[in-house]
Amino acid sequence: MNTPSDDTKKRQERNLTLFGVLVVLFVFVGMAQSWNVSLAILNLCLISAIMTLGVNIQWGYAGIVNFGVMGFAALGGLAGVLVSMPPVAASWQAGGPELLLGGAIIMITIVLAVFAASRTQHLGRWRFWIIVGVSLTGYFLLRMLVDPAIEAIESINPAKAGHIGGLGLPILLSWVVGGIFAAGAAYVIGKASLGLRSDYLAIATLGISEIVVYVLKNEDWLARGVKNVNGLPRPVPYEVDLQVTAWVAELATTVGTDVNELSSIIVKLCYAGLFIIVLAILLWLFETALRSPWGRMMRAIRDNEVAANAMGKHVTAKHLQVFVLGSAVIGVAGAMLTTLDGQFTPHSYLPLRFTFLIWIMVIVGGSGNNFGSVLGGFIIWFFWVESEPLGLWLMDVITMPLDASNPLKMHLLASAAHMRLMTMGLLMLLMLRFAPQGLIPEIKR
Amino acid sequence: MTDILNAFVLLANFVLIPGLAYGSQLALGALGVTMVYSVLRFSNFAHGELMSFGAMFCVLITWGLQSAGISIAPLPTALLALPAAILLTIALALITDKLVFSYYRHQRSETVTYLIVSVGVMFFIGGLIRFIIGPDDRVFADGERFLLKARTFKDATGLSEGLAIKTSQGVTIMLAFMVVAALFWFLNRTKTGKSMRAYSDNEDLALLSGINPERVVMITWMITGALAALAGTLYGLDKSYKPFTYLSLLLPIFASAIVGGVGSPVGAIAGGYVIAFSELLVTFAYKKVISYLTFEQVVPEGLVQLLSTDYKIAVSFVILLIVLLIKPTGLFSGKTI
Amino acid sequence: MAYLSGANMTGGYGDADILHDCTIGVERGEIAVVVGPNGAGKSTAMKAVFGMLPLREGAVMLDGEDITALMPQERVFKGMGFVPQTQNVFPGLSVLENLEMGAFIRDDDISETLEQVFQLFPILAEKAEQPAGELSGGQRQQVAVARALMTRPKVLMLDEPTAGVSPIVMDELFDRIIEVARTGIAILMVEQNAKQALSIADKGFVLVQGQNRYTDTGAALLADNDVRKAFLGG
Repeated sequence: MNTPSDDTKKRQERNLTLFGVLVVLFVFVGMAQSWNVSLAILNLCLISAIMTLGVNIQWGYAGIVNFGVMGFAALGGLAGVLVSMPPVAASWQAGGPELLLGGAIIMITIVLAVFAASRTQHLGRWRFWIIVGVSLTGYFLLRMLVDPAIEAIESINPAKAGHIGGLGLPILLSWVVGGIFAAGAAYVIGKASLGLRSDYLAIATLGISEIVVYVLKNEDWLARGVKNVNGLPRPVPYEVDLQVTAWVAELATTVGTDVNELSSIIVKLCYAGLFIIVLAILLWLFETALRSPWGRMMRAIRDNEVAANAMGKHVTAKHLQVFVLGSAVIGVAGAMLTTLDGQFTPHSYLPLRFTFLIWIMVIVGGSGNNFGSVLGGFIIWFFWVESEPLGLWLMDVITMPLDASNPLKMHLLASAAHMRLMTMGLLMLLMLRFAPQGLIPEIKR
Repeated sequence: MTDILNAFVLLANFVLIPGLAYGSQLALGALGVTMVYSVLRFSNFAHGELMSFGAMFCVLITWGLQSAGISIAPLPTALLALPAAILLTIALALITDKLVFSYYRHQRSETVTYLIVSVGVMFFIGGLIRFIIGPDDRVFADGERFLLKARTFKDATGLSEGLAIKTSQGVTIMLAFMVVAALFWFLNRTKTGKSMRAYSDNEDLALLSGINPERVVMITWMITGALAALAGTLYGLDKSYKPFTYLSLLLPIFASAIVGGVGSPVGAIAGGYVIAFSELLVTFAYKKVISYLTFEQVVPEGLVQLLSTDYKIAVSFVILLIVLLIKPTGLFSGKTI
Repeated sequence: MAYLSGANMTGGYGDADILHDCTIGVERGEIAVVVGPNGAGKSTAMKAVFGMLPLREGAVMLDGEDITALMPQERVFKGMGFVPQTQNVFPGLSVLENLEMGAFIRDDDISETLEQVFQLFPILAEKAEQPAGELSGGQRQQVAVARALMTRPKVLMLDEPTAGVSPIVMDELFDRIIEVARTGIAILMVEQNAKQALSIADKGFVLVQGQNRYTDTGAALLADNDVRKAFLGG
């Protein structure tokens, strides 16, 4: 017979082993490829882990299916631009007031439409047309007033600016703002759609995230659309500055590496430090929340919505809370990603990479367990990046007996890069089938 | 009078014909989603990749036929390759069911589990496709490009606007019509079709009536696979085959199914055309039409476009959301086939 | 041994038994009614006889054959028909299609059976092309019974056929059920309206907490003072 403490001990040992394997993997990549590659993967693993935490509290704690991860991450990224870039004064002169007016029109239209929707239930079919009328009037007013202003803004130095710029504040602030952006969007989305059945909610959130990215791609005045915003200010030193710093040069000679490489490693370590701080804070917060009465209630609702409802818990309100919270975390991670990249590139937001991959991380790691999510984020991102060289190596081994000019060999080698989609799908299916609890299962309290 | 005709031809050329073709492709896709939904009761996120899979084999077989010098010109060779591609897609659908979905069916899993499982299947098939054919754009349409050339139309009618009908568009509309007719005949007139509707209507009672659930599920996947391969091929024939586009096509297809009412085949077809025409009408520049219909002086300066063409696909998402939020049961309040 | 019998049945969902050594059964051409207070296990006993509930003890026999291990669908092939209490029609299918689905397992010509069923329930012939979901409650119950008759069963099991219908419709339904029994079909049914049901019953079973309390002919049970006081409202 195992006593409970034995079980806990076993579990802890298992978890430590899993994380230990991760460390070994990173060290191996550091030695075999380069420390720069290893750290680059680590940084994205950290960001992935935070996004996964966000999805986990929605899905793992509350059973909400959010397939709109991409949209919240993109909103976080937008915050990076709007906070850190210097304002473009000429743009504000050319169309600032109109933009603000446009914003006001959108707000008023939404308020009126919602008001109309909530007060006209008795009007039957007229209700629909009233809502449509209000929305269309708002839309045409918006287009009439704002179109010229947008055109004016986009024509100001289009090669470099052509948008409104940002506030010129430190980019670290955008991590908070990104969270707020995502939370705000999540509040509106959640209010409207959390009552939907799980698969409709999934489709709705996926659709909304696509719309968000479409807007970011096409509204050049906001963040230059597909022309991208490059050269975001950094929260950490630049490599070129480090290369001419005395202690870096000294350190390089002591360790016996190239100054350029060392400086790049230092930069990545700085990012990693910042990311680890954020991850640690969030993990602590979520673990505390999970153990609190709030966390217990969330799980109770997830496991039996009907019963929870009958006990007088406001299920929808609680779902909204957790949806907003989780989305905010994803927004923070999105802002961090833009900070790390130093650029905002709307076309890079793809649902496969930003929504479904994160979901694989949650499933594989263990939904309902925060450490599981972090582990899933690390492992999946690691293999997402490393499966290409691995696949290539594998194909090389498999096709060894074949001649270099053999068409099958050439095709297999060329296709190795696409192995990772298949591998991820297979991994997810295998986990769902044979270990649906994930690598680190939820602890039943 | 000529002006009115010109305006009509302009709309027909840029909205009516492309809308009918694109709407048919969406409708066929949405029918597949609806079939799976009403019998297996989940929204299949892998459906886009299933379409892509069928289209891919059609491309590969078409290449084979072309290099063998086999052709049915003026029709595209792809039509000859289609039956084999359909069979392969049906095989894939059945294998996926056997290896993946059947397990969850026997476990009586929740809808949301199926949903997430179908995402895994989506990844796997997507990867398989890229592994086999690569991620690049493939053009495989051959034969006569146009059924009706704009120039011919202008010469024949003397109008200043031309009307062009691409072969792929004509083939799409024709095939979609035939397949939909056959499907409805099957569902409403045959014993097997009726038993599928019965199963989707009331599973327990269907079991009590001696209807074999495994058979119903198998036939559902066969129909779904066939519809998916057809829809995917027609879309690829019309635009071009690119594995990446089929994931983005998934949302307009879901939108079509949901707008019409998930589970209702009539709804899926109506939804397909609603989505297609909305996308085109909202992003169409009406300036020229207005200039035909009114006097010179009142023609506005801009393009008179409700939304820039960049937002074309976003239109379907917006309609999807509006329907989900206002009337989630869709126009035809479907739940069963 | 009765034509259809569930003898000494013990079992339930999960760990807790609902039925305790419970016995019900019916002869050909007869009507047997199971009555009892709410939660007495009446519907559970029916489900057990039809194979929708695992039995720990006891056996189900049909015409001398042990069918305890058979799946519900297999019992349909053996000549048993079941009309569930709720969701007993295909709402999206027309009345005619409902009947066709009832006859799904038959490969022969069903037009004769259709005619008999339409004779028994003339309203269904009128509404043949209407979706069953659009019919009134009483008409829907008729569709449900008719659907089960389409396999030409030897035994028809009805789970509260009159639930939620008006008294007039109830009387009519009972008349139809008597007619069905006259064709030689054994009818085993659970009824909430115990008095009326026992008055048409050849045999009655009074269940309490999953056990047989009284078993006798319908008339005898109606005449029994204890039964009247405890279960029939005096």
